[in-house]
Amino acid sequence: MAEAKAIDGRSLVRRRAGLRLWLSASWLGLLCLVALFAPWIAPKDPLAQDLFLGRLPPFWMPGAEPGYLLGTDSLGRDVLSRIVHGARVALAVALIAGTITCLIGATLGLLAGFLRGWVDMIISRMIDIWMAFPPVLFSILLIAVLGPGLVSIIIAIVVIDWTRFARVVRAEAMAQGAMDYVASARVAGRGRPGTMVREILPNVLPTIVVLLTLEMGIAVIVEAILSFVNLSISTDDPTWGGMISEGRTSVHQAWWVLVFPLVTLFLTVLAFSQLGEGLKDRFDPVLR
Amino acid sequence: MADLYSIEALRLSLADMTAKPLFGAAPHIEILRGLSFTIPRGAVVGIVGGSGSGKSTLGRALVRLLEPSGGAIRFDGTDITHLPEAALRPLRRRFQMIFQDPMSSLNPRHRVATIIAEPLRLHGFDAIPDRVARALDHVGLPAHFASRYPHELSGGQRQRVGIARAIALEPDFILADEIVSGLDVSSQAQVLNLLERLVGDLGLTLAFISHDLSVIRRLCQRTIVLHRGEIVEDRPTADLFADPQAAYTRELLEAIPLPDPAQVWT
Amino acid sequence: MSFLSIRNLSVRLKKGQPLLRRVSLDVSAGEVRGLVGESGAGKSMIGKAVLGILPPSIEVTEGEILLDGVDLLRLPPALRRKRIGALAALIPQDPLTALNPSHRIGPQITDRLVDILGWTRANADARARELLSEVQIPDPDRVLRSYPHELSGGMRQRILIASAFAAEPKLIVADEPTTALDVTVQKQILKLIAGMQTRHGTALLFVTHDLGVVSKVCQKLSVLYAGMVVEDTSVADFFAAPRHAYSAALLAATPKYTDPAAGLQPVPEAVIAAVQAEVAAFDRRAAHG
Ligand SMILES: Nc1ncnc2c1ncn2[C@@H]1O[C@H](COP(=O)(O)OP(=O)(O)OP(=O)(O)O)[C@@H](O)[C@H]1O
Ligand SMILES: Nc1ncnc2c1ncn2[C@@H]1O[C@H](COP(=O)(O)OP(=O)(O)OP(=O)(O)O)[C@@H](O)[C@H]1O
Ligand SMILES: [Mg+2]
Ligand SMILES: [Mg+2]
Repeated sequence: MAEAKAIDGRSLVRRRAGLRLWLSASWLGLLCLVALFAPWIAPKDPLAQDLFLGRLPPFWMPGAEPGYLLGTDSLGRDVLSRIVHGARVALAVALIAGTITCLIGATLGLLAGFLRGWVDMIISRMIDIWMAFPPVLFSILLIAVLGPGLVSIIIAIVVIDWTRFARVVRAEAMAQGAMDYVASARVAGRGRPGTMVREILPNVLPTIVVLLTLEMGIAVIVEAILSFVNLSISTDDPTWGGMISEGRTSVHQAWWVLVFPLVTLFLTVLAFSQLGEGLKDRFDPVLR
Repeated sequence: MADLYSIEALRLSLADMTAKPLFGAAPHIEILRGLSFTIPRGAVVGIVGGSGSGKSTLGRALVRLLEPSGGAIRFDGTDITHLPEAALRPLRRRFQMIFQDPMSSLNPRHRVATIIAEPLRLHGFDAIPDRVARALDHVGLPAHFASRYPHELSGGQRQRVGIARAIALEPDFILADEIVSGLDVSSQAQVLNLLERLVGDLGLTLAFISHDLSVIRRLCQRTIVLHRGEIVEDRPTADLFADPQAAYTRELLEAIPLPDPAQVWT
Repeated sequence: MSFLSIRNLSVRLKKGQPLLRRVSLDVSAGEVRGLVGESGAGKSMIGKAVLGILPPSIEVTEGEILLDGVDLLRLPPALRRKRIGALAALIPQDPLTALNPSHRIGPQITDRLVDILGWTRANADARARELLSEVQIPDPDRVLRSYPHELSGGMRQRILIASAFAAEPKLIVADEPTTALDVTVQKQILKLIAGMQTRHGTALLFVTHDLGVVSKVCQKLSVLYAGMVVEDTSVADFFAAPRHAYSAALLAATPKYTDPAAGLQPVPEAVIAAVQAEVAAFDRRAAHG
């Protein structure tokens, strides 16, 4: 065949989906590298203050100092270095909290949705009770009890957000459980645990992956919010939320202190949410 | 023991969730209302009946996907009516079911090869790839279909994967629920030839649910007519066609569309 | 001018294997065209192409699909979806997977009417109930409240038929809509389809493998083999004397319950070989020109 071309416009849409996966994965990959090698990458010590160098503008503006690419805050600390070090906290929270939340929530949801009966009764009741608490209040309360710190933030996120996974995965597992392929596995002699892992799990996995990446984005935001209200880790360690909170007070004199961490935060959250959808498009055999 | 299956006064009711009150248990609706019949070893029994008459439910009870609420099902001398799942498992290879809805009975995220091989693996068969290839060949699917996913197949091809999965296990009994209705006549003929061969050569016993009376007439020596969960006729197929007793059976026969524009429906 | 007109439609796997080979067919308003052919011939693929729901791994390489005079393939995706949504409906081949297992039947029929066509909830509910009784479902109220797995295969299929008719589309692609129905219900449904279709002047593309059904509801017929139309004819002519050897073999293979000896034979190997040679010749021509 004289090399035929597709004439409907769908391949364009696919290419765009591929681009999405690419961009989000690159951003997150870059961020991971930056976080891992922060001490070597950061041009300055993120904690070093120098009141003579306070509120330096970013490099392209008049009055900028060489070496302070994105300017400094009111205490003269380098914004870029602080963002770089802030990535460590943000990513640690995202990966650890996201994964643990996912494991606990998805397992409970899968058990409830597949086994039904009394298991479902108990887990569903628990979800209902949990959902009755307002999450922000709940987290502030938790941190107040546990004391601020990285571990407390992670615990707070896990304790609050597992219901998100449990609810969605339960509903999905239930729907899949009504399909005949599950009955068919039983006719073939497969036991319940085997059916759950080999038959149901692959079918809820795409949903779990999307939720997981979303949760990682949410974890980044939660950490930022808690830093913002000063409940995160010690106020010295640079965090994006802490920087935003400090930058807010001097936004008229030095907008860059607020804007750069905000943009980084936004891009990261966006990248996480796009990563899930992108992965699903790329790797789910049913969508190909 | 000549009878592979003997069914006595089989009753089955399911909870009607649509009528469930806010509190308390849902009322039960009776779907099978006391069926008694036997399936001799090596026989091919047709099961026909209107939509919603309980054919698939009966099928699911026979392979114990559903637990009867009354009566008894004996398989090869063993009472399986209320046997718990663990005790059933060793027996499961021996009675298989091919499902009515081909797409939903195949796991969308497994390849055809896995779908056919998994049951074999569970029952400790050897030479599994060979068996998979042979099963695909039996149902007339090319070997390269083994690496496809169910959604990459046409409706009839999916149905044949379901058939391949069941016959690969070399069971004593297959319950085939409406398995040729999605196939063109030529493929139907192939599948029927295959089933006839399995019955003749391997002594397979077959219960064949279908609304296609031409197929039933070709394949089954005996036919059971189900109507609203009760048996209205249970006779040799030839007699049934020659002289239908129940009004419902006559109605069924009249409604068959002949491939002939001259036949006009009233 | 036909309501649906497919011209030289070719579709293939992105990996290269052709699935449809320059298919052309027309369906006029108020007409039923049957589409028959062996399993895997590409019947559903034609329906999917018309409704714009081909899977991503499959692409259209040439041809036109004119729906009411507008070529769908050359519309931007958003406009195309809108146009198809407004004019056409599908009765899909897999009843169970086409229904959402975690929702009750009622909303699955009515949501489209309410959300897309702007009906009031009450009107839509009434319409759903009316349609379910028209497709012979006893106790429609119970069924509307049921989940898909609580219904028999035939009931699910009738629900899909009902929801395709709900919005009174101008074109319906019915993909083996009666395979799960017993003959008495099938008879009622076929009459119903014929009735609705003459009343509303719907154009109907009717995929089936049952020539008995074709003789009852269709006026035109296309016979497909390996994605190629081997015969395009009127139903009367087809049953009087099929022109292509393959369609003749198909007709001969069709069983008649009045004559148990007839039919239900595989299509003879010689016929298959001949038609496969035709397909190969087509592919050679396509490769050269
Ligand atoms: N899980 C369930 N809960 C409640 N009712 C059910 C359930 N499964 C089936 N039913 C009901 O049982 C009846 C018989 O269903 P069954 O699937 O056995 O019919 P069938 O004879 O196979 O019909 P068809 O030819 O349409 O497939 C139907 O009225 C159906 O609504
Ligand atoms: N997503 C896909 N990827 C690869 N091949 C596919 C895909 N979908 C369908 N096919 C192939 O395309 C061919 C045509 O499929 P189609 O579903 O149109 O057949 P059909 O004529 O409707 O058959 P049936 O009567 O069995 O439903 C088949 O051989 C099938 O295996
Ligand atoms: Mg059924
Ligand atoms: Mg099809």
